[in-house]
Amino acid sequence: MPVAKSAMPGGVPDAVIRSASLLALLLIWQLVALRVNDPLLPSPTAVLASLFHHLTAGELLHHLGVTLLRVAASFVIAMVVGVAVGVWMGRSKLANNLFDSLLVLMLNLPALVAAILCFIWIGLNETAAVIAVAINKIPTVITNIREGARALDQQLLQVGEVYRVPRITVLRRIVLPQLYPYIMASARSGLALIWKIVLVIELLGRSDGIGFQLGSFFQFFDLTSILAYTAAFAAVVFVIEALLLRPLDRKLNGWRA
Amino acid sequence: MSRLDVAIRAKRHAGAPADTLGELQFSAESGDFLAIVGPSGAGKTTLLKIIAGLDPAFDGAVSAGRDTRVGFVFQEPRLLPWLDVADNLRLVQPDLPDALIDAGLAKVGLPGTAHQLPLRLSGGMQRRVALLRAFLIKPELLLLDEPFISLDAPTADSLYDVLAALRADVMPTTLLVTHDLREALALADRVLFVSKSPARVILDHRVALPKPRHRDDDAVSQAHHELMSRHPELLGGLAAACPKPEAV
Repeated sequence: MPVAKSAMPGGVPDAVIRSASLLALLLIWQLVALRVNDPLLPSPTAVLASLFHHLTAGELLHHLGVTLLRVAASFVIAMVVGVAVGVWMGRSKLANNLFDSLLVLMLNLPALVAAILCFIWIGLNETAAVIAVAINKIPTVITNIREGARALDQQLLQVGEVYRVPRITVLRRIVLPQLYPYIMASARSGLALIWKIVLVIELLGRSDGIGFQLGSFFQFFDLTSILAYTAAFAAVVFVIEALLLRPLDRKLNGWRA
Repeated sequence: MSRLDVAIRAKRHAGAPADTLGELQFSAESGDFLAIVGPSGAGKTTLLKIIAGLDPAFDGAVSAGRDTRVGFVFQEPRLLPWLDVADNLRLVQPDLPDALIDAGLAKVGLPGTAHQLPLRLSGGMQRRVALLRAFLIKPELLLLDEPFISLDAPTADSLYDVLAALRADVMPTTLLVTHDLREALALADRVLFVSKSPARVILDHRVALPKPRHRDDDAVSQAHHELMSRHPELLGGLAAACPKPEAV
């Protein structure tokens, strides 16, 4: 019977289920805001209107762009350095012994301390900001990738050795495919961590970007604008996840299906 | 194309209490098919790794050098699961044209599988690809580390035929290690028996039966039976005195 079939969970598209919790949250928020009627709890519709205002009349796009560039730069640096050092530490006992204590120290270094040190030592500039963010992310990438490098299949590496496959091909064809799940996990958690830290660092030492704007709105208790900026950024993160990370994951891990 | 001389005095793994390989000397003429038979754990894989140049830490000398083209077939097919069959073959021989890949696959009885992922193939089919991979580099020396173990008899027999067909084109000097005497008798021109670890050659036996042979051929069974009754100690791994050459 078609009616009973469409009512079953299997018949509902994934996208609907994925967005159901989000819609429920918005609905509850809207009802509570209407009931409380206080400027310190703006309703979703008010936030949406503010978002529209900032998009058209304000500088949201500029600040969003600046922040995204910082996120992208820090992300690329953290992933490249983290993967390289992680593979090295996973494959070489000497490297692991050399850097392990340093890694533990870096893992536990508070983001704020890294940011302050960078701004003081490097200066209140873009380089310092990007490095400060990358420093916070690199140790977690290293830890992840090191696990992956330790779990590499020796038997497959031996195939490369026996047939004298060039090092670069071994890396590309044998090593990296085994690291993809670890790299993807690092990329996902990395993006989330990095954009949180970028905002703190913009608040601390930059005069543009979303973090800087949030700081200004905070001084005026402009909660509506704060939430509008947050919503804009959250939307971008959703788009990156849906259009970039998930398809990439499917492509790289397709052979498992 | 390439004669093989092996003269190992001893091989001990780092930290091991005893030698894995003892005094081990033999030669194979170019194009010979030699089988090395010994009990499990006799150090046969260690021997192959030394000959392949993967393990330089031993006392002695082998003639295969860094520039010998060595084909190696492992116990498991060891194909990269994320690359299709064609890319697995190109891993060892880049720039291989599609036509050659298709011809090779047809030759091993797998026509039209170039773009299949290895996990979609059966174990026997994956072993065919692994055999083909070893031959695509036109090996001077072919090392086989029990590649037909744990297969049922018909599958093993069909892989023997594939191996013979591939060998006919390239004729590499071939060294098979196995603990399966029937397999050795079905494939090789000469069988060397080695003792339990530390491995030494305890019998050098020439197999003068017509080819092609299969596991359950009468001639193979008879040779197997004769060897076992004449040298009951062989596969018990008890070290006899010196290698004695012998003919059937």
